[in-house]
Amino acid sequence: MYSQGLIGADGRTGETETFLAAFQARIDAEEKIEPKDAMPEGYRRTLVRQIGQHAHSEIVGMLPEGNWVTRAPSLRRKAALLAKVQDEGGHGLYLYSAAETLGVTRDGMTEELLAGKAKYSSIFNYPTLTWADIGTIGWLVDGAAIMNQIPLCRCSFGPYARAMIRICKEESFHQRQGYEIMLTLCRGTRAQKAMAQDALDRWWWPSLMMFGPHDAESSHTEQSMAWKIKRFSNDELRQKFIDATVPQAEYLGLKVPDPAMRWDEALNGGKGGYRHGPIDWDEFWRVVKGEGVMNRDRIAARKKAWDDGAWVREAALAHAAKRATGKVAAE
Amino acid sequence: MAETPLWEVFIRPRNGLAHKHVGSLHAADAVMALQAARDVYTRRGEGNSVWVVPSVAITASDPDHTDEMFEPTGDKIYRHPTFYEIPEDVGHM
Repeated sequence: MYSQGLIGADGRTGETETFLAAFQARIDAEEKIEPKDAMPEGYRRTLVRQIGQHAHSEIVGMLPEGNWVTRAPSLRRKAALLAKVQDEGGHGLYLYSAAETLGVTRDGMTEELLAGKAKYSSIFNYPTLTWADIGTIGWLVDGAAIMNQIPLCRCSFGPYARAMIRICKEESFHQRQGYEIMLTLCRGTRAQKAMAQDALDRWWWPSLMMFGPHDAESSHTEQSMAWKIKRFSNDELRQKFIDATVPQAEYLGLKVPDPAMRWDEALNGGKGGYRHGPIDWDEFWRVVKGEGVMNRDRIAARKKAWDDGAWVREAALAHAAKRATGKVAAE
Repeated sequence: MAETPLWEVFIRPRNGLAHKHVGSLHAADAVMALQAARDVYTRRGEGNSVWVVPSVAITASDPDHTDEMFEPTGDKIYRHPTFYEIPEDVGHM
């Protein structure tokens, strides 16, 4: 569950022209790059950063939803939400191991997250105030993530692409369970429908921001696309998401909170699409830089989990060491 | 504290197929690695058998030597059945 134009990528690279041209030729021939292959330093650095941000997003993404596990309105909803949160944890783990193939350590990535040095998707710095937020997250946030993640299955870096294939297979359930929650609320009482509308009002714009800054302001998109790490630009993916989502909102009888939103025949190469109003990028950057409602809570929760689990990790290693030397009393 | 060791995970989707590499994970020992592999890689009936192997136990070929390693098979086309001419009258062989 993640999607965001990479923040702060640095694709600069210092190799010779010949080396870069040979690498680009492999990429252009749609060859996958595997961990031990020669690669430009900028390519490696961009991937470490992107896969790391992606993994952290999955792990932090468990928190806003975990908030509602104990208060899910039925056993069916609770079982689904638990399974979804467990999937997010699994996605984080696939991605951490994909990043590790590039020579960074899991502990190092965890430390960067806990120290506030590593970014994760800013969407998770918004609070989940009502049950309808859980429906909206599945529908919009996972929906946006799917838009972003499907092209990543064709990413030029093999381990990342393979992890994304597993993730995409699992992600579809997430979006469907979210939409089903919204459908149930919208067919319910007036208060329930109002709750659904309120959640859409709060999550709509942050969901559009998940795709990252406009192409004109996204300085590293070009290099990432040349290296086939990214296949579509931020604006292209955002447009796809809007075009897919607006009719779904209409079906629910909900109103997308964008007074400027209108159908425009000229969009999508003449096929038509929904043109959206201006996005508040100041808000986006405020949240990215740590001033979202939940930034401090999210990191504090991760830090507590890490610190509280320290004795378990130590005990497991001590036990393994004892067993390895045959000193376990019971044996 | 030392980092928890890395393990490579292999899953057999069903009897009759080979175990296939699916990814890796960290665990203190083999028992915990198996349990974690079950939780991380088989949440939707992906298989009926799991292997975990310490990543350090794997010796891999060097991608810088790919040419020397695999090139020698390139010109040995006589290893393929289509190299040999059999008259059509003989029938399928």
